[in-house]
Amino acid sequence: MATILDGVAAGGGIAIAPVYRLGESRFTVKAKYTDHVNHEVSRLHDSFSLARRELEDLHRRAHQKMGEKAATVIDAQLAIAKDQTFESEIVDAIQRYSTTAAWTASQRIDHYLTIFKNQSASQGNYYHSRGVALQDFKKRLLAHLLDEELPDLGKLDHRAIIVAHQLTPTDIIQLNPQLVAGIVTDVGGRAAHFLVMSKEMRFPTVVDTKVVTERAATDMVAIIDGTHGRVILQPTPQQIDDYQRKASQQSAHLRELGVLKNQETVSADGHHFEVAANLALARESDELATSGAEGVGLFRSEFLFLHQKNLPDEESQFWAYRKVLLAAGNQRVVIRTLDVGGDKQLPQVPIEHEHNPFLGMRGLRVSLAYPELFRTQLRALLRASAYGRLAIMFPMVATVDEFRRAQQMVDQEKKHLIQEGIPVGQEYEVGAMIEIPAAVAMADQLAQYADFFSIGTNDLIQYLFAVDRGNEHVASLYQSLHPAVLRAVKQTIDCAHAEGKWIGMCGEMATIPAAVPLLAAMGLDEFSVPLGQILPIRSQIRRLKVRQLQPLIHHALAAHSPAEVRALVDQLTSYMK
Amino acid sequence: MEKRDFTITAEAGIHARPATILVQTASKFTSDISLAYNGKSVNLKSIMGVMSLGVGQNADVTITAEGDDEAKAIEAVAETMTKEGLAD
Repeated sequence: MATILDGVAAGGGIAIAPVYRLGESRFTVKAKYTDHVNHEVSRLHDSFSLARRELEDLHRRAHQKMGEKAATVIDAQLAIAKDQTFESEIVDAIQRYSTTAAWTASQRIDHYLTIFKNQSASQGNYYHSRGVALQDFKKRLLAHLLDEELPDLGKLDHRAIIVAHQLTPTDIIQLNPQLVAGIVTDVGGRAAHFLVMSKEMRFPTVVDTKVVTERAATDMVAIIDGTHGRVILQPTPQQIDDYQRKASQQSAHLRELGVLKNQETVSADGHHFEVAANLALARESDELATSGAEGVGLFRSEFLFLHQKNLPDEESQFWAYRKVLLAAGNQRVVIRTLDVGGDKQLPQVPIEHEHNPFLGMRGLRVSLAYPELFRTQLRALLRASAYGRLAIMFPMVATVDEFRRAQQMVDQEKKHLIQEGIPVGQEYEVGAMIEIPAAVAMADQLAQYADFFSIGTNDLIQYLFAVDRGNEHVASLYQSLHPAVLRAVKQTIDCAHAEGKWIGMCGEMATIPAAVPLLAAMGLDEFSVPLGQILPIRSQIRRLKVRQLQPLIHHALAAHSPAEVRALVDQLTSYMK
Repeated sequence: MEKRDFTITAEAGIHARPATILVQTASKFTSDISLAYNGKSVNLKSIMGVMSLGVGQNADVTITAEGDDEAKAIEAVAETMTKEGLAD
């Protein structure tokens, strides 16, 4: 009889293989006091030095096998093993209290673990990694002090699904990736280190099953589905067949997506679209080339400003924008000007206490209130425009007048730069992010001035329904597929096109599978989505027949509810799947 | 004696990775090097000391070096701070 366990999906794909259950190393320290203090002290020194040697060896292996990132996880442990202050602290305690090396070391380490745990509680996840490193070191040190053996994944000699209560970074490094079919653990949550690394090694992984080590035994056959977080122990032949079929479909799908990287986003009946990337950090632009993106649809410039002691000056902004433009080559890069306020505050840009920050000083309003801040950013942007296809986008535009004022500041700064003899690109565009209902209502007039629009659905939907989606009491009113949203989107697209302007969407709605056919049918020109979503969206658009979807728009706008819209989309696109 | 103040700008503070690198840097010098934060001072060559301070974002810390190569040591630590994105 098969046993099905559900956990948390932590690594994609399906694996079918026998289980290899990793033994537990729960060492119990029995002897507290000793009559041989000197002997205990030298045992401690020996164990530290053995641990150092092993960790140095592991560091080398990690570096060869998984690169720098994995090796740094070992570095923290190696630094602990080399910490002479820490080692003498334990020696002092052994000598002062005549306690055994194992007992004393264990106590001292637990003392630090408590400190780390308290910091972790007050300061967040980043502090978790210290605890992981120290826990792992504790096991190693105690194994030496107690003459016990550490479970060693290096002994695995056939391809298997690794089942463990918890995997430590050193466990992972000892693995031969060729022999790992997948990984399942009891624990989950913030065992972040091992997740980061297994992601690099790309195994199907399910964590947080709570009981897998109780139910699974070595050599038992298992299926794991790392995409859905499911584990099936001792599956039936029928289940094995089913999952083998799923696995081959998945790999075919992945191959198909990979092929799409260098292809255009064209529907099955020949309509062209663009799928661009949403980026927050200049260094993310390194991934542009491999993501298959047709440009950048949203670069959130505020991340250059947040968490900085000083505001970024013109020079540092210029280099960041230039980097993204160069990475995008001849593709368009939409850079959104500073969008703070609401939940993102800058200490250097004081905003008086507001009762409703989301209805207060946000986005373009802040830039217009602090013209020097804004002009610095515009100068950096205009200078960068000489290095690629730049599109400058203003966030939170409510009125035509605001947009015009911002646009005039761009023109003035351009003039200044040219007077100073600094090159400015010829072809840059200036557009508006449409996320306030008033801008939707006035989209026809805005489109006369703006070179393009990009619909920011996350805020637009909140403002349309007067709903904070973080508020659980009203979050259900936040409905991307509601006809009210579709009508606003349709109106904005039509207004842009009436003036011959292009229009994109950079909110989450552009990634919702049921929304994509509607948006394509309405003529949205550009879908701007997170890097990992680019190929799936392109793949979906390439299967659509846009002309045949036209009747859908009319029915969807006349529908009463998101459920009705969803049913209409399903009905009309079922044959395109 | 050489002394320098830093404000930690990194969102994650001095977490495990940069702590390790700071300790590696400090260990290359013979001077005594200490890290002070929040009224507590630890040996910058001791990873356990550095990690137990729990230095978070926006913390003001002081590095002090005393010994033959104190000036070089402070320079190297400052360089590591910038390189690891811990402080400006």
